[in-house]
Amino acid sequence: MSEVKVRGLSEAIAEHVEDGMTVALEGFGHLIPFAAGHEIIRQGRKDLTLCRMTPDLIADQMIAAGCVRKLIASFFASGSAGSLHEVRRRIERSDPEPLEVEEYSHYGMYGRYQAAAAGLPFFPLKSYAGSDLPTLNPRIRKVEDPYGGPDIHVVPALAPDVTVVHAQRADRFGNVQVWGIVGAIQEVAYAAKKVIVTVEEIVDDEVVRSDPNRTLVPAHAVDAVVHVPGGAHPSYAQGHYDRDNVFYRDWTAISKDPQLLRSWLQEWVHDLPDRAAYLEHLGEQRWQDNTVGERLSGQVDYGRRSS
Amino acid sequence: MITRTNELGPAGITISSTEFLATVAARELAGKHRVFAGVGLPTLAVDLAMRTVAPDIQLVYESGVCGAHPEGMAEGIADSVLVSGAEAVVNMQALFGYVLQGGHVDVGFLGAAQVDRWGSLNTSFIGDWESPTVRLPGSGGAADIVPNARECITVLRRHDPGAFPAALDFCTSPSPVRARDLDPRAVPPGHGVSTVITPLAVLRRPDRFGELQLAQVHPGVQIDQVREATGWDLAVAADVVETPWPTEEDVRLLREEIDTVRLYLR
Repeated sequence: MSEVKVRGLSEAIAEHVEDGMTVALEGFGHLIPFAAGHEIIRQGRKDLTLCRMTPDLIADQMIAAGCVRKLIASFFASGSAGSLHEVRRRIERSDPEPLEVEEYSHYGMYGRYQAAAAGLPFFPLKSYAGSDLPTLNPRIRKVEDPYGGPDIHVVPALAPDVTVVHAQRADRFGNVQVWGIVGAIQEVAYAAKKVIVTVEEIVDDEVVRSDPNRTLVPAHAVDAVVHVPGGAHPSYAQGHYDRDNVFYRDWTAISKDPQLLRSWLQEWVHDLPDRAAYLEHLGEQRWQDNTVGERLSGQVDYGRRSS
Repeated sequence: MITRTNELGPAGITISSTEFLATVAARELAGKHRVFAGVGLPTLAVDLAMRTVAPDIQLVYESGVCGAHPEGMAEGIADSVLVSGAEAVVNMQALFGYVLQGGHVDVGFLGAAQVDRWGSLNTSFIGDWESPTVRLPGSGGAADIVPNARECITVLRRHDPGAFPAALDFCTSPSPVRARDLDPRAVPPGHGVSTVITPLAVLRRPDRFGELQLAQVHPGVQIDQVREATGWDLAVAADVVETPWPTEEDVRLLREEIDTVRLYLR
């Protein structure tokens, strides 16, 4: 019998995330684990090396809260929302403190997780020939192709101490199902030593097993499953709720003013016990603005052997 | 800084700089098939192209969406509206490895803060890398797209020597010229940037190892004006043509069907 891994969020973060660890919070524009990030802030974790392909608002928030010493990433803005001003202040003016940065392109960053997930030392890719990125980041190196092709750039495996991802659903054992944009969720889960998954729903075993191809991360790679509805807000969960674009647009003004940013963290993170309180503080109307209508998938037939 | 502000087009419509650039960019997509599109101006341009000159475009996004058929305008490359109804949503190894590095993207569509004479792009830093004046967004997928897409189109919202310098502050996404200079055996397969659209002109790079040339000027712009706004001695094509104005229908589509909430149209 598989082990039941359902935990509370504060319990899971307290158990697995320690000061000074390398922590990956992935989710490519979709399923960003905001609730878990806020819990890390609330527990006052420090000196983390934060890994995210697209840092997004969650990185701005965790850095402003003083949790992060170093950022490993492949993008330093927030899509439609523009600049992440806490990130920029630290890099441009070391204000209020410097932020160490190690940067890649998206494929390079993703390749680092893939290498670690597969137990390989590095990942080769055709990007970077002529780019200044390998000069900026000497961990991007070139190796000889032993089969006679031209030298090729490689990026080193990245194995986080802990990975936190958000997903639509899982069963109690931690078989995690995702639809829509999958980002680096599977790779970063296998790359990490410990994996916490927050989900919109914990479903019956039979729901997962009715559609095994939908399982992106099998239970053997998961250490804790946490039921956190709305845990990706202000990003989104396909089929559950949409991205809160108003929040993303408002963030620019908040993050531009360090005082405003700190009072935002106080009001929306420190003064609230958990995600349920956060959603209540957000209000029913705001939540309704981002609900989505139904667009069901068709069904496939997996078949059943008759005798 | 020279930008194109609101101007009166021939049909008596006031056209914004964004509308003008989006229309010019859309026309560049005629005859193209698989387009790797970013957010902002590229969103407007690909949508307009699909409704006018290039109905068969297949939209590919770095989030893994291939063959998007959005029912509304995307507010990001990972917008849920791109997923619902799409032909495929693939994982990132399939997208960056097989689709892009495997050679299936015809056109990459990118913005940049700086472009040099060979079409190399800077999206990383203005000023010194150690303590930059401006920390720009960095590569994202750009350093993966430029070497691997068959060709790239770049749109800039300004045309002055700061945006078109003799030397980039940082090269994020290199032209094949830079790759060849470092290692002639390791030149990536793509053409690099073939077309640069600016508020003044369209620059083209017909030769994979050649320089950008002034190929097209927008209405009312003189060739010398473009050369003065460029930080190197810009070559001029033998047959410089004038950019046609957006049509009334282009502007109507952009305003009334594509960006009805005025997210990108300014």
